[in-house]
Amino acid sequence: MHAFVPLASELTAARSQMAFTLGFHIILASVGVAFPAIMLIANWRGLRKDDEVALELARRWSKVVAVTFAVGAVTGTVISFEFGLLWPEFTGRFGQVFGVLFAVEGIFFFLEAIFVAIYIFGWKRLSPWQHFWAGVPIPICGIGGAFSVVAVNSWMNQPQGYTLTNGKVTDVDPLKVVFNNAVPYEVPHMILAAYLVTGFLVASIYAVGMLRGRRDRLHRLGLLIPLTVACIATPIQFAVGDTAARAIAEDQPIKFAAMECVQTTSTHVTEYIYGRCTSDGVKGGIGIPGLDSFLVGWSTDTEVTGLDTVPPEDRPPANTMLHWAFDTMVGVCSMLILLGLWFGWVWWRRRDIPQTKWFLRAVAISGVASVVALECGWIVTEVGRQPWIVYEVMRTEEAVTGASGVWVTFTAVVLLYAVLGAALVITLRAMSRRWREADAEEPDVPYGPSPPLPAGLQDGAP
Amino acid sequence: MSSADAVAGVLWAGVTAYAVFGGADFGAGFWSLLAGGGRRGRRVRDLIDWAIGPVWEANHVWLVFVLVVLWTGFSEAFASIFSTLFIPLSLAALGIVLRGAGFAFHHTARRAGGRRVAEVLFGASSLLTPFFMGTVVGAIAGGRVPVGNAAGDPVTSWLNALSLVIGALFVATSAYLAAVFLISDARRAGAPDLERAFRTRALWAAVVAGALAVAGLFALHADARTVYDGLTGDGLPLVIASALCGTATLVLVARGARRGARATAVGAVVAIVWGWGVAQHPYLLPRDLTIDAAAAPSATLTTLLVVAGIAALLVGPAIALLFTLAQRGVVEETARPVRRDAT
Repeated sequence: MHAFVPLASELTAARSQMAFTLGFHIILASVGVAFPAIMLIANWRGLRKDDEVALELARRWSKVVAVTFAVGAVTGTVISFEFGLLWPEFTGRFGQVFGVLFAVEGIFFFLEAIFVAIYIFGWKRLSPWQHFWAGVPIPICGIGGAFSVVAVNSWMNQPQGYTLTNGKVTDVDPLKVVFNNAVPYEVPHMILAAYLVTGFLVASIYAVGMLRGRRDRLHRLGLLIPLTVACIATPIQFAVGDTAARAIAEDQPIKFAAMECVQTTSTHVTEYIYGRCTSDGVKGGIGIPGLDSFLVGWSTDTEVTGLDTVPPEDRPPANTMLHWAFDTMVGVCSMLILLGLWFGWVWWRRRDIPQTKWFLRAVAISGVASVVALECGWIVTEVGRQPWIVYEVMRTEEAVTGASGVWVTFTAVVLLYAVLGAALVITLRAMSRRWREADAEEPDVPYGPSPPLPAGLQDGAP
Repeated sequence: MSSADAVAGVLWAGVTAYAVFGGADFGAGFWSLLAGGGRRGRRVRDLIDWAIGPVWEANHVWLVFVLVVLWTGFSEAFASIFSTLFIPLSLAALGIVLRGAGFAFHHTARRAGGRRVAEVLFGASSLLTPFFMGTVVGAIAGGRVPVGNAAGDPVTSWLNALSLVIGALFVATSAYLAAVFLISDARRAGAPDLERAFRTRALWAAVVAGALAVAGLFALHADARTVYDGLTGDGLPLVIASALCGTATLVLVARGARRGARATAVGAVVAIVWGWGVAQHPYLLPRDLTIDAAAAPSATLTTLLVVAGIAALLVGPAIALLFTLAQRGVVEETARPVRRDAT
């Protein structure tokens, strides 16, 4: 073994860079997993009901899928580099354990890239149903890819299926790795999050359009389809998340204690909503006596493990932030369920989406709110696992690169991604502006239906 | 053959695919950069966009495939390479980000200024990635990547004559492959002026790549005896095959042959990539780490081989479908640049 003491600052830089790039990629990945399904629902409706407006939505959304897929592929490639650039000790020791999952993910991603290309480029030349079916593998591959990637994260939380001899992996049981303890709750939680976030995000854009007075059928349908998907996903997500929290109380009690700021092991534990975590308990916040115990085991007599059962160096950092992230995630999801009930009630009574300003405003906010919930969930699972990169097996500080210069790459990444994010938003806004301009030329995207030949190119003559 | 060797073979197949498809893609970016402004530059770039648009994304998945097979099958080698070669690999990744962004946005940028910026980014980054990937290969071949976390020199491991020559060779080879591919694409688009232009470019690139390959041999002789001895020993037939393919491509392109040049150009690259593999076998990191020593436990290797088999069964037909549809013009992105008359 090559012993070395990493500079604390390099570790901070590496963690910051990983958190930043993953936090960026998770939004694009979620859109990449769920948007193709929403696009195909519009496509299907358009073909079945001979609905030109639905087909137009599918066509526009396919262009958005194209741009986000291209950018997501780039940010995903960066992450695969970071496995080596930032965490060589982690990948060097455990790559042989979890790596197979990425190989499986590779197949899904490859197939997804191919069918995205065929779908996006096939609008004109393929027959309508051929074209629809060329799109169907995309969401299936998206779910398969999400499973593979999230299963790796689950494995980091619940490592199993390998034998270590003198610090070297000597045996691997791939099935135990793939179907580790955390997979049943982490994987569906992330896939549902993708559908929820994408649904609300897309619906929110059309809600803003409607608030600005564009209440044509295209906007109503553009709001209806993604909002329906999101509102179906949200209550399921709440139940899955609740199950996940209980499972974490069992599988990673210290992570759970940090999420809920439980300092000492006891029964009848108070559930605090927000508040500041200190070593003497929670300051401020709204306390509901006994609720935390009840949520863990359906009884206030349930014992909840406290942070004091492990030495301070084994506890997650930034406890208050972790607690707030957890509460915000749960809070946002609860509000989104109420929004779904509102929508469902009006739809049941009138077979139409609520047209009031307040409803549209709520939908307009739901997009950003669901992204906030997504990031909070990611913070809970990642910061909550600290100080371990592989739970109770390898510390994050043991995994970091011995190379210096991570601060340089982190700075470069922040600048680069800021430009990338801005360019993405500007591009999508420009596309939508052009769509609004009646009879305007079609915008070009990396994977778009063939535009008409520009006159200047026809002959190339001056 | 051990299962470790089989996985190394899968890895090398991925490296080969990336060298050919990714290389042609980077090369296209190189020609896009050199095309310059004005109407003529515009036409060259239109041809390039039209030709690589539908297959661009798929081409780059090979890189991810190579990284995953390396870290799964030979974790220690992956960790050693990525920690010692932190600088060139970060720069290669930078190239990938800039290139992807330039590609994703240059169609959507309406204003000529924004479009030009995206195009220059796309072109310049097409130099960055192959060059630094080449320096990485030079560092590995030269035995400058010891086992361990950042155990090698962070700078001199890749900043040396051998690495620089191989970096330049990668850029030249990419340009050569792309030019040969673009000759047929220009013919398919019915643009004889562009066909002629790329024939000239292909000849120049072939000569430069050939010269750099010879320089590379000298650098290997001076600096990387293990690989040099391998190339002139077990790998010699492949080196000769590569040279023959390269020469055949030159002749075919110069004579304006309608078919064959693409196959021989690809053959030259495939032969030299496998020549390198044979030359440093059984080492992954010459003289430091063998394939067997770095290999993952057998269950992982077996699973990887099964997954690779499934990948070949699923991805093979899908990619064949995409290329067929693209070649028949069923899927196309931008309009083809139509022939230029009366000039």
